[in-house]
Amino acid sequence: MSEIGVRVNGREQRHEVEPRVLLVDFIRTQLRLTGTHIGCDTSSCGACTVLLDGEPVKSCTLLAVQADGHEITTVEGLARGSELHPVQVGFHEEHGLQCGFCTPGMMLVAAALLERNPEPTEEEIRWAISGNLCRCTGYVNIVKAIQHAARLRQKPAPPVPTGGAG
Amino acid sequence: MFPGAFDYRAPTSLDEVLELLREHGEEAKVLAGGQSLIPLLKLRLASPALLVDIGRLPGLQGMVRRNGTLVMGARTRHVDVERASLPAGLEILHDAAPQISDPLIRNVGTVGGSLCHADPAGDWGSVAIALGAGLALRSSRGERMVDAREFFKGPFTTALAADEILTEIHLPIPSGRAAGTYLKLERKVGDFATVGVAVQVEMDGPRVRRAGIGLTAVAPTNLQARAAEASLAGRELDDAAIAEAARLAAEAADPRDDIRGSAAYKRDMVRILVQRGLRTLRQRLEEVGP
Repeated sequence: MSEIGVRVNGREQRHEVEPRVLLVDFIRTQLRLTGTHIGCDTSSCGACTVLLDGEPVKSCTLLAVQADGHEITTVEGLARGSELHPVQVGFHEEHGLQCGFCTPGMMLVAAALLERNPEPTEEEIRWAISGNLCRCTGYVNIVKAIQHAARLRQKPAPPVPTGGAG
Repeated sequence: MFPGAFDYRAPTSLDEVLELLREHGEEAKVLAGGQSLIPLLKLRLASPALLVDIGRLPGLQGMVRRNGTLVMGARTRHVDVERASLPAGLEILHDAAPQISDPLIRNVGTVGGSLCHADPAGDWGSVAIALGAGLALRSSRGERMVDAREFFKGPFTTALAADEILTEIHLPIPSGRAAGTYLKLERKVGDFATVGVAVQVEMDGPRVRRAGIGLTAVAPTNLQARAAEASLAGRELDDAAIAEAARLAAEAADPRDDIRGSAAYKRDMVRILVQRGLRTLRQRLEEVGP
């Protein structure tokens, strides 16, 4: 067993892992964060995408021990409490998903893209998600969702409703 | 899928790595980004007793200029090459990097790992051949330089001894006018190349001083198209010279029928891609001026 220290969604953690445990299994089984999906398990589909130090990677093709000392963000780390990440709002409002299986990976790739490139062209968006497969949408609404998220990020947050009416 | 059990070490110094390789030899396998090795472990096509993770070594990353050479650390990731600013004449690196696998793999996979994996469908091998790269191999016995054109011995087999590790890739920076590019035919993002072609020319006035041509996925290793290279030396990059080099490169290729295409198709695509690549270089050289 090896001991690893990782910062997961902002929280420092230490865990014992067998060196052969894949990062995706560590995340799903030991950390119980099941938003990270296992799709093809062969490095092709991107359903297992997480951010490693802010960059999207395929967690089925990394050992958990390789993440020692690094920062991991899973889909559970996108929202801040009840406030959705702009990418989540984008996928919601532009119907960027149907079955939802690829969605965590797609959203993490999109979040990382917008950090690096706040105003991506459609082509840049399509290149960014080219390692993530979707069997439902034909990608059209995923691209729209990311474009919507990019616009939302540019705008200042709307004032919080103070209640009363309705 | 889980890899079989293995012992795991993640040394923080190169000396420790070399000592482990000296001690364990064939039983040990070096883990860089793991984007080729981990799938092999999962499929149990590889089952080393010991994995030596070089992910915690200081250095071996990034590129520096040293005496007319661009020295690339073996752990430099594909994405690092995509984002790097490069010396004039080494644009082939920028052309090749974004064509490797997909963006997520490129965030982890390394140039050195890819070279040492020695998949005949690997892209960097052809680029290294076209550039005449030197590969610095280290062991507890010392260091030696191996020419990339002598490095690939067979499918997934290299000149590396069991106790050796690739530390640096030495890319000669062209002193005069030069251009290069990498063209890849693939069915979709993330697939292996059906055919890939790396071409590099260095000019002496209007004539080619040196040409480098590396071929991907059409032989048991990345292949140097020697006759095609030689045919260009001393000639202008006119249509006739380009056509002859393309024909000779196609003749050198030894592809196999598979799901990506027939041998005849792949051979013809070598011809087409070499021709297309050299025409692109001619155009770029014209844009740069004499």
